[in-house]
Amino acid sequence: MHSTNYIIRFVLIMTTLAALILASLNTFLGPQHAKNEKIYNKRAVLAAVKDHLDGTPLTDMTDQQVEDVFANKIQQEVINMSGEVIEGVTAESVDLAKERKKPEADRLLPLYVYTDSAGKKYYILSIRGNGLWDEIWGSIALEEDMKTVAGASFDHKGETPGLGAEIKDNPAFPEQFTGKTIIDEQGNYTSVVVKKGGATNPANEVDAISGATVTSNGVTEMLYRGIRYYQPYFNKLEQKS
Amino acid sequence: MAEVMQDTQEVKEKEPLFGKAERKLLIDPINDNNPITVQVLGVCSALAVTTLVYPSIIMAIAVIFVTAFSNLFTSMLRNTIPKSVRMIVQLVIIATLVTIVEQVLKAVNFPVYKQLSVFIGLIITNCIVMGRLEAFAMANKPWRSFVDGIGNGLGYGLILVIVAVFREIFGKGSLLAGSPMEMKIIGASDLYWINTATNPWFGWYMNNNLMVLSVAAMFILGILIWVQRSRNPKLIDIS
Repeated sequence: MHSTNYIIRFVLIMTTLAALILASLNTFLGPQHAKNEKIYNKRAVLAAVKDHLDGTPLTDMTDQQVEDVFANKIQQEVINMSGEVIEGVTAESVDLAKERKKPEADRLLPLYVYTDSAGKKYYILSIRGNGLWDEIWGSIALEEDMKTVAGASFDHKGETPGLGAEIKDNPAFPEQFTGKTIIDEQGNYTSVVVKKGGATNPANEVDAISGATVTSNGVTEMLYRGIRYYQPYFNKLEQKS
Repeated sequence: MAEVMQDTQEVKEKEPLFGKAERKLLIDPINDNNPITVQVLGVCSALAVTTLVYPSIIMAIAVIFVTAFSNLFTSMLRNTIPKSVRMIVQLVIIATLVTIVEQVLKAVNFPVYKQLSVFIGLIITNCIVMGRLEAFAMANKPWRSFVDGIGNGLGYGLILVIVAVFREIFGKGSLLAGSPMEMKIIGASDLYWINTATNPWFGWYMNNNLMVLSVAAMFILGILIWVQRSRNPKLIDIS
């Protein structure tokens, strides 16, 4: 049998060693982690305008190409809830997960303006809401008229594979959003509705995922609230032009 | 096989580096003593991560790394570890290795890290790892423990990949999706080898949505165990 003294010494040395190894590894790999995460988020933003990227499709792009598109073709803006542009911050630095915890009036919204080679502008909005098990989020691209959806991409933290997770895994789901409008015939804001039992109004409804009612409703709710947040900014833009 | 060659070369030494005992340690867990299908350990992660083949392969590599090196380090320390805290010491070793795997994967392949999410961290709780430390590494020399770890990791990984192949083909119509060698096999667009939208023979075909749920892994695992028990003479009268 070992003495208590020995046991304590053994455990102390052991845990200190383990802590040292892990701490140095984390310091060493930390910058790479941050870089990977940034690229991952950038790809998610670009996925919303993937039909309008010039040249290589998004899945074949190298990290460097993604960075180039971001540096040359995307203008980052941060706006507040009353539609004013906040200077001196980049859209990337705004974390919607943290913004969601603030009171609604204080939130900041990231906005990416993508200009394609023909000079056409796309506004990429970031939205975030709740699915069935955890948070869901996505990017919605609007065309120059700020009313027509040019593309969408979604992601989630823990939706059920084969059901709710289809919002990300099944490319046919986000593709439905292309060409929908976020206003009704009277010009009032309606957002795009994910409709259970199949879309009836082709202008602003898409088919829900069967078996994933809660996630589908979550997407509807997220779209409705998320896109509405940007409306003051778009209204100001329209008045200017 | 490479093992056989090594075997004959090093037969002159007193205790060969890779002798019969080592070979048995490496091969046994792959079939006769498979950690998943025979010992029924580590089933949880086998059900969860096997929707796609590529992440399953990464997961298998991660587990092989953890079982091999935790076995090695535990075996090296086995005479100095105080008996009263041995479980804690083993857990510290496992947790350190798992965190190393997680950090490295996050730096090397971020999309797969995102896909596997918590399951890399949950290798810590995989019964295979702790089970091998208790049952083997605490009583055997480092080199043999290391080989035993690789063997058990391989046995686990093999089942993972077999289950994933079935689930990905029938659930998604693809193979190795997300990797550079992605193959699209059957689906309703021109990108797939068999285009169900135009092919006259496969117009009825649809991906089986059950396959993406973990329930399907349970069925496939059950069938695998059944096939193995009815074919392997050593397992037939096990009860």
